[in-house]
Formats: sequence, C-alpha cells, structure tokens
Amino acid sequence: MSLFTPLRNPANMFTALVLVIFALTPFVAPLIGESFYITVFARIMIWAIAAVSLNLIIGYGGLISFGHAVYLGIGGYTVGILAFHGVESAWIQWPLAIGISGLVALIFGAISLRTRGVYFIMITLALAQMIFFLAVSAERYGSDDGLNILARSDFGVSFFSLQDKMTMYYTIFAVLVASVLVSWRLVNSRFGVVLRAAKSNDARVESIGVATYRYRLTAFVIAGMMCGIAGLLQANLEGFISPDMMNWPRSGELIFMVVLGGMSTLFGPVTGAFVFLMLSELLAGWTHHWHIIFGPFLVLVVLFARGGIAGLLSRGVRRG
Amino acid sequence: MLEVRGLEASYGESQVLFGMDFSIGAGEVVTLLGRNGMGKTTTIRALMGILRPDRGRIMFDGLGIYGLPSHKVAQAGIGLVPEGRQIFPNLSVRENLIATARPRADGAGENWNFDKVMDLFPALAPRLESAGNQLSGGEQQMLAVGRALMTNPKLLVLDEATEGLAPLVRQEIWACLAGLKAAKQSILVIDKNVAALTRIADRHHIVEKGRVVWNGTSDELRADKALQERYLGV
Repeated sequence: MSLFTPLRNPANMFTALVLVIFALTPFVAPLIGESFYITVFARIMIWAIAAVSLNLIIGYGGLISFGHAVYLGIGGYTVGILAFHGVESAWIQWPLAIGISGLVALIFGAISLRTRGVYFIMITLALAQMIFFLAVSAERYGSDDGLNILARSDFGVSFFSLQDKMTMYYTIFAVLVASVLVSWRLVNSRFGVVLRAAKSNDARVESIGVATYRYRLTAFVIAGMMCGIAGLLQANLEGFISPDMMNWPRSGELIFMVVLGGMSTLFGPVTGAFVFLMLSELLAGWTHHWHIIFGPFLVLVVLFARGGIAGLLSRGVRRG
Repeated sequence: MLEVRGLEASYGESQVLFGMDFSIGAGEVVTLLGRNGMGKTTTIRALMGILRPDRGRIMFDGLGIYGLPSHKVAQAGIGLVPEGRQIFPNLSVRENLIATARPRADGAGENWNFDKVMDLFPALAPRLESAGNQLSGGEQQMLAVGRALMTNPKLLVLDEATEGLAPLVRQEIWACLAGLKAAKQSILVIDKNVAALTRIADRHHIVEKGRVVWNGTSDELRADKALQERYLGV
C-alpha cells in the first residue's frame, strides 16, 4: 500500500483538504484580513498532534486512556520550568521534554496496563490528576495562575527562530505531518499489527505466543512522547503554561476529537481536532451559551455516526 | 514430546477435569474423542495455560509447562488452532498470518513462512487483503491453521478441526492434516468425525467426564463398534 492509496477514500480527501488549508493559511489569512486565524490554526494543529498520538493507543490499541493531556502538561512544563531558570536552548528543552514525557508514560503505562476496561480508564485519570495537582501546588512556578514564558525555545541559529511567526507555524505543521507519517508507519508495521490484533482479542494473541503487555507499553510510551511534543509546542506558541493544560477535561476533549474524527483511522484525529475546535470557536462567537448546542451535537455524533466523520464520509460514498 | 499426567482443572466451583492422562510422541497424530461437555476443550485450555489448572503435570519436550502463562506455552512450541477459529476480524488475511509469526523455538528443521502457507492453502491467495471477518468458515479455518503454522510449532493443536464446515471443505482440511503428518508434524486434534480421524491419526483417547477412559490405535478403535457406540454415539 502506498501512502497515497488512502487518498481515494473521501474521508482522507477531506483531511487532505484540511492539511492544505493548514499549509496555506499563513498566506491566505492576511489577504482576507483575518490574520488571527494563523494562531487559531496553529493551536488546532497542536491539538491534532496530541489527538494523533492518543489515537495510537485508543484507536489501534483499544486502550482508553483518560489522562493523555498530562503529556501536554509535562511537555509544556519542561519547557516552561527550564525557561524560568534561564535555560532557553531548544537543544536542551526539547529532548528533555520528550524524554521526561516518555519516562512518565513508561511508569504510568507499566502500572495502568496491568488493568483493563473501566479500571484502566480510572487509573490513567488518577495518575494524570496526580501530576496536575503537583503543578497546582508548585508555587514557585505559578500554581494555578500558571507561568509566563518570556522567550521561545532557541535553536541558536539565525535562519531558524521560533520568534518568527511563520517559522513557528510551519514547525508545528511539519511536526503534525511527521506525526501522521510516524503513526502510519507504526500501524502498518508488524508491531502495529500485533497491537491491533491484541485490541480485538488479547487472550487470543497470547495463546499464539505473543506477550501483548510489552507491545502495549511501547505504544503507550510512543504516544506519550508524541503528545509531549505537542505540549512543548503549545508552551512555545502560547508563551504560557498552567495546570489547566493537563486538567482532566483536556483529556476528555482529546478523546472526543479522536472519536469525532474516527478512531483507528490514520487522519481521523486531525479531522476531529479541526472540526471540534472550529465548531466550538464558531459557536462561541455566535452565542454565549454555545455549550448547549455543542453538547447535544457530540452526543448525536456518538449515537448516530459510528466511526466518526471518517466513517460517515466513507459510508456516504459506498451508498452513492 | 508431550506428556500430560493427572491433569485437573475447574471452572470456578465445578471441577471439569479429574486427572487427564495422555501423551504424544514426536511425529504422532493423536486425538481426543468424546461427547460434548466431557472436557476435551478444557484439557486444551488447561494445557495452553488459558485456564489455570488445579493439579497435575505437563511436560513438553523436557520442559515443565504446567501453569505457565499462555504466551510462554505457545513460545515453547505449541501452536493452537482454537475452537471457532478465532481469527482477528480487524486484520487482513496477510496481517493475521504475519502478526504472530516466529521461527522455530529450537532453530532446527525447516521453517514455515508466508509462501509455504500460501502453497498449502492456495484458496487464501486471492483473499490476502480481505478483512478476517469477510472469509467463509473454511477459509477462516485454513487461515487459523496457517497462522498456527507460521509460529513453527513442534506440536500443532486443533480444537474442533472441522466443526461447522461444509463436507468438501472438511475433506480439504483432512487432506491438509494428512500432508502435515507426512511431513512429520506432531498433531493433537479434537473432532467428531471418527471415520476421518481413524484414517489419519495414530492413537486415540476417549474422554469421559474429565478422564481418559480408553486409549488405543486406529485399528483397535475401528474394530470396536461397541466402544464407539458407548462413548461416541449420539
């Protein structure tokens, strides 16, 4: 299968369209006098990276982690705390942010993956909230109020500076494309096949001689690291971190983006993040009570659009 | 190669196996026979470590595998074709075959690989990219056998090898097992079709209420109509 076969599917064409919009926004937005969309889309892309990472474990691994936003927080706080202490080099900040995210995912995964079903959901939630409260109690780093980051990560070269708006935007774009590529490669490797097999029936895979725990743990760590990258990008983009970026509603929103876009589809999470955040943005601009519309909409999607947007679009074509 | 002694197992409070004894030699094809509910599948589950046995001894190739987790048992070299085939519905045929593939545990002999499985079951070739749940029952059974062979087992275990399959497909499965036997593959098989089994298998065990009540060769079984009537008739 080439990378482009999936493009024949209308759901993937929709995502391709979204990606093209992302790619062109910095050029088009100023022309129509809406430069503000550059920041909006940059934000959406960061959430999309986080959603792509969550899809690896929820969609392909069948592991409903309800604490995935914690890695946004860890990635963000690593950058923020280092910057607070005057360490602004990206060469230190980024590897540390990714490394610590991976380490935390390794510890949390090692504990939580011994459980299944609702216990797994609860334990990932509890572990994530632990880190959340740690951040809340860290008075030195602003507690609840968060921490301003005065300068973006510094790569120490003149031609690549995240202070430049365009460079920041396209760095996020490149990371998003890379994370989709990485998840495509992973899912279609033997590793991914075992992960998907274990999702459908764990005992069956074990009885043919593969210990699934290691595969799940590896996927959990990769997803944590990928989400940590989203976190460090978020800290850089916003110039601000606060415990709220890893509070449990964020984890819930991430799950929703994945479900909305289409679980265990390659591009689903990107579409999901885009539609979720654009819709909340538009509704919020229209009425103050936008949650009243947004809530039922989400419920309807879960009830009637199995497979999310990806499933909906694919079905439409098969019928037509 | 495999020696099971005094194997006991239960589901919760109710004991199902009351001391199963049987053995399989290298290159042998051996059966477990008996009516439904006598403990044949439970024996396989306890053997594979899917069900935790209560008591007994299981030696496989000089290794005690009693009570090991199922992936260790499988890695020791037992390839299971479970009842109801149990292929992965969300994986393609090709993915079903490669997901759990591995070379022989002892490194000896010739390995099964993707191409050889395709030679054995040419019917699967046009379905390679189909999802597992789009296959017919016969194709699923071939896939399940192929999946087990891809783990290069020293002992192949088939639980209800031909249950629910059309007569022609059954013939194909039996022919395949005969071919594997000719290639010196050790096989433990459960099935209801005594006539077909006596043609292929070397020795048989009749299981009644969690015990082996009779064992003997195909000729002995074929000759003893009363025995068949008593334990296997419906």
